[in-house]
Amino acid sequence: MSDNGATSQCNTATLLPLQTTALSLEYNGVRYVDAIDLTLQPDKLTVVMGPNGAGKSLLLRLLHGLIPPTAGQVKWNGLLMDDASRKRQAMVFQRPILLRRSVAANIDFVLKLNGNRDRRDEVLNNVGLLDFARQPARSLSVGEQQRLALARALATEPEALFLDAPTASLDHASVLAIEQIVTRAHQNGTRIIFVTHDIGQAKRLADEVVFLHRGQLAEHTPAEHFFSTPTSPAAEAYLDGRILL
Amino acid sequence: MNCVNNPTMQDFAQAFILAFELVFSGDADLIEIIVLSLRVSLTAMVVACALGLPLGAILAVTRFPGRSTALVMINALMGLPPVVVGLIVYLHLSRAGPMGSFGLLYTPTAMIIAQVILIMPIIAALSRQVLEDLNTEYAEQFRSLSIPRKTAMVALIWDARYSLLTVALAGFGRAIAEVGAVIIVGGNIDHLTRVMTTAIALETSKGDLPLALALGLVLLAIAFAVNAAVMSLRLTTGRYANV
Repeated sequence: MSDNGATSQCNTATLLPLQTTALSLEYNGVRYVDAIDLTLQPDKLTVVMGPNGAGKSLLLRLLHGLIPPTAGQVKWNGLLMDDASRKRQAMVFQRPILLRRSVAANIDFVLKLNGNRDRRDEVLNNVGLLDFARQPARSLSVGEQQRLALARALATEPEALFLDAPTASLDHASVLAIEQIVTRAHQNGTRIIFVTHDIGQAKRLADEVVFLHRGQLAEHTPAEHFFSTPTSPAAEAYLDGRILL
Repeated sequence: MNCVNNPTMQDFAQAFILAFELVFSGDADLIEIIVLSLRVSLTAMVVACALGLPLGAILAVTRFPGRSTALVMINALMGLPPVVVGLIVYLHLSRAGPMGSFGLLYTPTAMIIAQVILIMPIIAALSRQVLEDLNTEYAEQFRSLSIPRKTAMVALIWDARYSLLTVALAGFGRAIAEVGAVIIVGGNIDHLTRVMTTAIALETSKGDLPLALALGLVLLAIAFAVNAAVMSLRLTTGRYANV
């Protein structure tokens, strides 16, 4: 953890680039994330891909500081991850975790943390949920719930936003709605790191692709190269639709 | 006729009739006893919740050395024998005891203290379970949002409020029904510390069954009423929170 001086320095400096060195996560002798060296520059939209169990979700959690690595480091603009830098990021999980309260109260909960409640309507309007403000959050459809989770994450005005397969198991309309909100956030300057299994979605969103296989970084290439000429055999097989174990 | 030859059965039947008459005539002594019982046990429940819910929340969200021991202890304390609690409170409040100077022995306050000690572990232990289950769901999101621990605990208690109502009710049920602790520290003094359970015990031993039965009926009615109220509250407002 960085000291106070470093933290205050971090508050004034930009959050990115994000850099990991030999980032690893090991439980009971199994390496789920294996020595990943990765640098994410500002202003890109990164899509993280890979088969199930490749370590995508764990990588996101490590980058966001939800779990500590067993080896290696995560550095945000040269500084080790701490509470202050996590406050400048947000994460949307695969299954939306909503408070057992109204839609509006879910947004108020995070706005209150920053002492600014007036933005609630604007935040809800941004994701098309203003008309649902008074409804219990958990009575919304799954797609609406995910939009609310996304709105709540964006309400914290994060500089970096992690999305862990947020559109898995959603219908086309909900997927489109989420993609539009994410694209808009990206255009407004939020650094997006988006996990998906959906190759079509990756093509629609990605500036660059991080491809993981068996916990290792198979490749990290600009989107235009990744989809036409992948450099790793694992990514090539995955894009070909071959079963990748 | 068998029944006529059996004076005991007739006594019971008469006692029941008298009991109903007592309940529905609004007997002043009976009402006084009921009001005191409710006042003591409801106050004990509120105080026990004020102490037990935060304790339950702390145990639910924090990890510290000795936590398992604390959990075993608090679970064990759920089964505290009321007479033992009564005795301990008595020793503290009696003239020679450490808190004797407050002159609390044989007052409703002493009864409240005893009932708080009796039900606080129940509320802490049960709420810990409820809040820990909810925290399993919320923890990662809270960590992602860097929610301060105190805010997280308050949010957990608020979001689990309908389940915690049942927990509070379990505490109230134990408080209103117990006799061992309140009879020791309250002394069952007429017009001062006589509550439903101590009155039932006394009147039964005196052979005054109508009053004992009347109080027993009221006690049962209160148990049903409180449960029904909580159930309907959960069904209506609980639906709103979608829990």
